[in-house]
Amino acid sequence: MSTMIATRDGFGEELVKLGKTNERIVVVSADLEDATRAEYFKKAYPDRFFSVGIAEQDMVGTAAGLSLMGFIPFINSFAVFLTNRAYDMLRMDLCYNNCNVKVICSHAGLTVGEDGASAQCLEDLALMRILPNMTVICPVDTIEAQKATRAIAEARGPMYLRTSRAALPVLTKESDPFKIGKANVLREGNDVTIFACGTMVSEALQAADILQQGKINARVVNMHTIKPVDEDMIIRCAKETGTIVSAEEHQINGGLGSVIAEVLVKNNPVPMEMVAVRDTFGESGSPQELLKAYHLKDVDIVEAAKKAIQRKRR
Amino acid sequence: MAHHLENMSSKTIDIPALKAKALQVRKEILETLHRAGSGHPGGSLSSVEILLSLYDYKMNHRPQDPRWEDRDRLIVSKGHITPGVYVVLAGCGYFPKEELKTFRKFNSRLQGHVHTKVPGVEFNTGSLGHGLSVANGVALGARLLKKNFRVYCLLGDGEIQEGSVWEAAMAGAHYKLDRVCAIVDYNKVQENGPVKEIKNLEPLAEKWRSFGWHTIEVDGHNFEKLFKALDEATGVQDKPSVIIAHTIKGKGVSFMEGDRNWHGKAPNAEQLAKALEQLK
Repeated sequence: MSTMIATRDGFGEELVKLGKTNERIVVVSADLEDATRAEYFKKAYPDRFFSVGIAEQDMVGTAAGLSLMGFIPFINSFAVFLTNRAYDMLRMDLCYNNCNVKVICSHAGLTVGEDGASAQCLEDLALMRILPNMTVICPVDTIEAQKATRAIAEARGPMYLRTSRAALPVLTKESDPFKIGKANVLREGNDVTIFACGTMVSEALQAADILQQGKINARVVNMHTIKPVDEDMIIRCAKETGTIVSAEEHQINGGLGSVIAEVLVKNNPVPMEMVAVRDTFGESGSPQELLKAYHLKDVDIVEAAKKAIQRKRR
Repeated sequence: MAHHLENMSSKTIDIPALKAKALQVRKEILETLHRAGSGHPGGSLSSVEILLSLYDYKMNHRPQDPRWEDRDRLIVSKGHITPGVYVVLAGCGYFPKEELKTFRKFNSRLQGHVHTKVPGVEFNTGSLGHGLSVANGVALGARLLKKNFRVYCLLGDGEIQEGSVWEAAMAGAHYKLDRVCAIVDYNKVQENGPVKEIKNLEPLAEKWRSFGWHTIEVDGHNFEKLFKALDEATGVQDKPSVIIAHTIKGKGVSFMEGDRNWHGKAPNAEQLAKALEQLK
């Protein structure tokens, strides 16, 4: 297995680099900057770091105010506290006002692990993507997290970046392209396309290896941008492989799978299966135990792919 | 004239003329509401003197250059009082008064709750409990840029039942945001009845003081006292200020005063005529 680094680390390191040349970047925090890695910025540029204490609503509004003065605030917390608790502020202050604020949420998904369901955010992609003006990104590894951090700092508007607590394999290289809204094919194949984001991309690649043994050639696409989603890629893969599997560490309703299904239904419906958390809360456990128990492992993707291919042949 | 006061920029204010203007503003608020067929008279009428004290006396602003970078800012956190805000802004010359006829209509800039499409509006609000955090953020940004303008935030009394207001109150004191001045339009009535019965705010001044704010209580319909309070707040250092403006919901129209039913309802033709009669 390649090097394992959490995407939150890629974000934290890149923000420090960006802060050196871009003095408009500021951080507003709600006492989880140690966990999100925004504390690297705090140590480097204490004058441009503001903690509002454990007050997520205040964090969003304060950041909106700073953005009115031309700053580029990065706010951060656990995904669950920011996207769920402060939703009205994200909707009104950031999206309705179209403020140039970046929302960085770590600890998304079941791989938060032992803290249990209260800390495991499984709703954020759905909640964020339905907000007008919001961009939603979920990087696959630390290198992509760095690129995504650069990209959202440059692009204007409210943007959501989902990072992980769990260390993830480094699957991309510095030279690989990253463009908001442009999905990347990581592995070619013509029998089925597996669209995955974040932690689930490595599971998808492993699933493709397993499928290969059964003579099924699976294409694997890294859907790092949930919104605006790469519709052309989805339509092309549907046409070329005839069947689709989505894989995400998120509720089955409203996230990556739903986005893809919406595009397919409107353009080129093909059999599709979704690998996601099945409308239930998580619990305490190790990340690997949880991924297994909630059917988010490579073998689950394999089963979904076989099922989808069966439906295609009917 | 005995009623003349001077503010920091030595602007002479003719109080009787301003009182006459307040009367006119109230009329235009009611006409605007009547034409729209919906909207919020109670809190608009209670905040007329507050808004005029800010725009005609205290704030440095340029209606012909709404985005002038050194302007004082007002974040209207009680975003439903658009009739009051828009009539006052139009009166300043931010946009033609004629446009008030489009209030709440499709395709109009004059959205039901304050919106930055309207020149002079700093931030879209309408969901309560947002403005004070935003005002703090603007003040933090101004401090980083070494700007000296002031940031005002108009809050409703019912609004401050929202916990987010107190998150912001703590932050404002923590960061010693002495350029921030909150104004509570304490009109004592909210949508479903008297504030003190729904969820009592008292002791309100003590609450703000204990949160670290320089707290001033005034009659929110008395220009001289509002001017004095605003000037006092300007002189405060190392802590934010709050002016608790005691007002009357629906002020100026006998049948609207203190009546919760006029929180969010437009007058019909007969009610308008009766109200205008009282505002002479």
